[in-house]
Amino acid sequence: MNKGNSTGDTTRQEDTGKQNTLDPTRRNWLFAAGMALNVAAGALIAIPIIGFVFSSFVEKKDPRNWISLGNLEDFPEKSTRIATYRNPFTRPWDGQTANIPCWVRRASGQEFQIFAINCTHLGCPVRWFQESGLFMCPCHGGAFYEDGSRAAGPPPRGLYQYDHKVESGQLWVKGGEMPTLSNPV
Amino acid sequence: MNKLRELAVWLDDRLHLTALYASTAGHEVPSSAGSWFYVFGSATLLCFVLQVITGTCLAFVYVPSTNEAFTSLEYLNHAQFWGWYLRAVHYWGSNFMVFIMTLHMIQVFLFGAYKYPRELTWVSGVVLLLLTLGLAFTGQVMRFDQDAYWGLSIGASVTGRVPLIGGQLVHLLLAGPIIAGETLSRFFTLHVFILPGLVIALVSTHLRLVLTKGINEYPKPGVPVRRSTYDAEYAEILRKEGVPFVPHAVGKDLLFSAFTIVAILACALFFGPKGPMGVPNPTLINTNPRPDFYFLSIFAALALLPDWMEVLVLFVAPAILIGLLFALPFIAGTGEKSYRRRPVAVLSVIFIMLVIGTLTYMGETSPWSPRMYAWSGSPVPLKYVTKRTPLEIHGALVFQNKQCRNCHSLGNEGGLRGPALDNVATRLTADEMVRQVIQGGGNMPAYGKKLTPAEVEALVAFMRTLRPQNERGVQPSDKPLNKLPRDVARSGPLLAKRER
Repeated sequence: MNKGNSTGDTTRQEDTGKQNTLDPTRRNWLFAAGMALNVAAGALIAIPIIGFVFSSFVEKKDPRNWISLGNLEDFPEKSTRIATYRNPFTRPWDGQTANIPCWVRRASGQEFQIFAINCTHLGCPVRWFQESGLFMCPCHGGAFYEDGSRAAGPPPRGLYQYDHKVESGQLWVKGGEMPTLSNPV
Repeated sequence: MNKLRELAVWLDDRLHLTALYASTAGHEVPSSAGSWFYVFGSATLLCFVLQVITGTCLAFVYVPSTNEAFTSLEYLNHAQFWGWYLRAVHYWGSNFMVFIMTLHMIQVFLFGAYKYPRELTWVSGVVLLLLTLGLAFTGQVMRFDQDAYWGLSIGASVTGRVPLIGGQLVHLLLAGPIIAGETLSRFFTLHVFILPGLVIALVSTHLRLVLTKGINEYPKPGVPVRRSTYDAEYAEILRKEGVPFVPHAVGKDLLFSAFTIVAILACALFFGPKGPMGVPNPTLINTNPRPDFYFLSIFAALALLPDWMEVLVLFVAPAILIGLLFALPFIAGTGEKSYRRRPVAVLSVIFIMLVIGTLTYMGETSPWSPRMYAWSGSPVPLKYVTKRTPLEIHGALVFQNKQCRNCHSLGNEGGLRGPALDNVATRLTADEMVRQVIQGGGNMPAYGKKLTPAEVEALVAFMRTLRPQNERGVQPSDKPLNKLPRDVARSGPLLAKRER
C-alpha cells in the first residue's frame, strides 16, 4: 500500500496505474467511522422494529376483562348452554371473529361453571350433548364430562374454565384471552 | 438488418448478455443430467413463479381483514372476472408445488446429489422445503373460513404447548391474546411478503450453488464419491460429455414444466377453487376443522398418539427430523451415490412415504372422531329391533338417545371411535357390559351418572341380542379367569386387577 503519499509517490502510482489522492489514514478513518455510524444507525432502527414485531413479549397488560353474559334467568338450573360474548380485546376490523362462544353450566343456585369452547387437546370447538352429559370434540375425539373433567380421548386435562362472578342479577365472565396449555385462563 | 445487429451488439456491450448467458443458462452440464428424473426442480420453481403471479393478482382484490376477508373471497369466486379461476389455479398450484417439491427431494436423495460438494445445495433445499410448508400453512389461513379460524386455534394450541415461553409465542403467532383483527394481517404479511421474499433469496442461493458446484451426474453404481478425487472426476465428465444446459439438456424440463402447468390449469378448471367453506364465526361451533392435505398426516398423528408422547412428537421429533435433514450431507457426504447400492436409503424413503400416506388417509377419514349426528341421523338397523322384547327395544332407544352411536357403529353406520357393536354379545358377558357402561375405561367415558339402573338393564338386554343369529352370546363360564376380552383389558389397571 501507499504510505505517506501526500508528497506524491509517483513511481508506485505508475506501478498500479491508480491515482490515490486520499491519505490512507484518512481513508481508513472514513471507512471505520462510516461503518460505526451505520452500525449505530442500524441499531437505532432495529430497536423500534424489533420492539414492534415482538411487542407481545413486552406488553404485560392483562388483556382480560369482565363481560356480562346476560341475566341469571337465561341459564336454568341443571343445564348447560352456549353463551357468546364480544371479545374485550378488540380491533375495529375484527368483524364476527370477536364473538366468542363459551359453555355455561349452572349446576345449582349460584353455582356456575363457564367452560372455554376450545378443547384442551388442540383448541377445536367442543360440542355439548345433553342426553349423554358429554362434551365431544370433532377433531380428535376428546370427550369431557358435564363438570368439564376429562372423560376420554387425547386431551391432557379437563376443559378450561373462565373466571366468573354473579353481580346485579347477571353472570359475568372474565374473557379476552384464548386459553392454551401455557395460559389456561 | 445491420441496424438491428448494431443495436444487439450495443446492448450486449452495455449489459454483457452473452457472458451472462454463458455462465447461467448456457453453463455446461453432464449430458447424463438430461434425464427424466432431473425435471422436478425446474417444475417446482415454475410452480412458485405461477404462485407469485396468481397470488399477486388475487391480492389486487383480497382484503386481509377479518371482517372483510370472507366477503372478498366470495367476491373473487362469484363477481370478479376470472376470479374463481385464479383462486383455483393458486390453490392447485400450491398442491402441485408441494407434491413436485417432494418428488424433487426424493430424487435428489436417492441419486445421492446431496453428497460432496453439493452439501449447501441440499441445505438450502431443506430451508426451501420448510419455507414452502410455511407458505402452505399461512396460505390456508388466507382462505379465511371456519377451517382457517380453527386451524389458527389448533396452531395456537400447539404453540401453547412449548415449555416456558409458550404463552408469549401464542401472542406472537396470533398478534395478540386471541384470534382477532391483527391475526389475519400477520399471516397475510408472512404469506405475501416475508416467506416469498425468503423463498426468492433461497432459490437464488440454490441456483447459484447449482451453477458453481454443477448439476449431479447420473450416478453409476459402484462409483463412490471421494472428497479427494471427485472435483477432478466431475471436471473430466464435463470435458468428455459436457453439454450446454440450454439448449441440449433443457428439453425434458421444458416438456415436464409445460405438462405441470397444463395439469394445474386442468385441475383448476375441473375441480375449481377450494372454499371458502363457512363464515369464520367462532360461535358457529358445529364444524369439523380439517387442515389441507399437506398437514393431514400431522393432524392424524396427533389423534393417535398417547398424550405423554405429544410434546415429544410435536417438538422433539420435528427438531430431530429437520436436524437430520440438515446434517445428512455432512454425515453421509461421500460414498455410493446410486440408489442401487443404497438399500437403507430406498427403504427409508418407502417407509417415510408409507407413514405419511397412511396418516394422510387416516386424517382424511378420521375414524377417531365421533360422528356427531349418528345418534339422531342413523336409526338402529331394522334387523336389530325385529322380534325383540319390549325391554330390548327400550334398550335400543337408550342406545340411540344416549349417543352411544356417535362412537359405536351398528350396521356400518355410526362412529368408529369405539369398536363396532354388531357382535358385542359374542365378546362381552352381561356383567362385563354393565361394568363397561357404568365405569367406562379403555377410552370410553363412564356413563354411571347419566343412566338410571333401569336404563342400564335395558341397554344391556339390547346389546346381548347383538350377535350373529346362529351364535349364542358369550357366558361368564366361557371365559378363562385370567384372560380378559380386549375391551375390558384396556380399561385400565384397576379393573384388570380386580378381575384377576
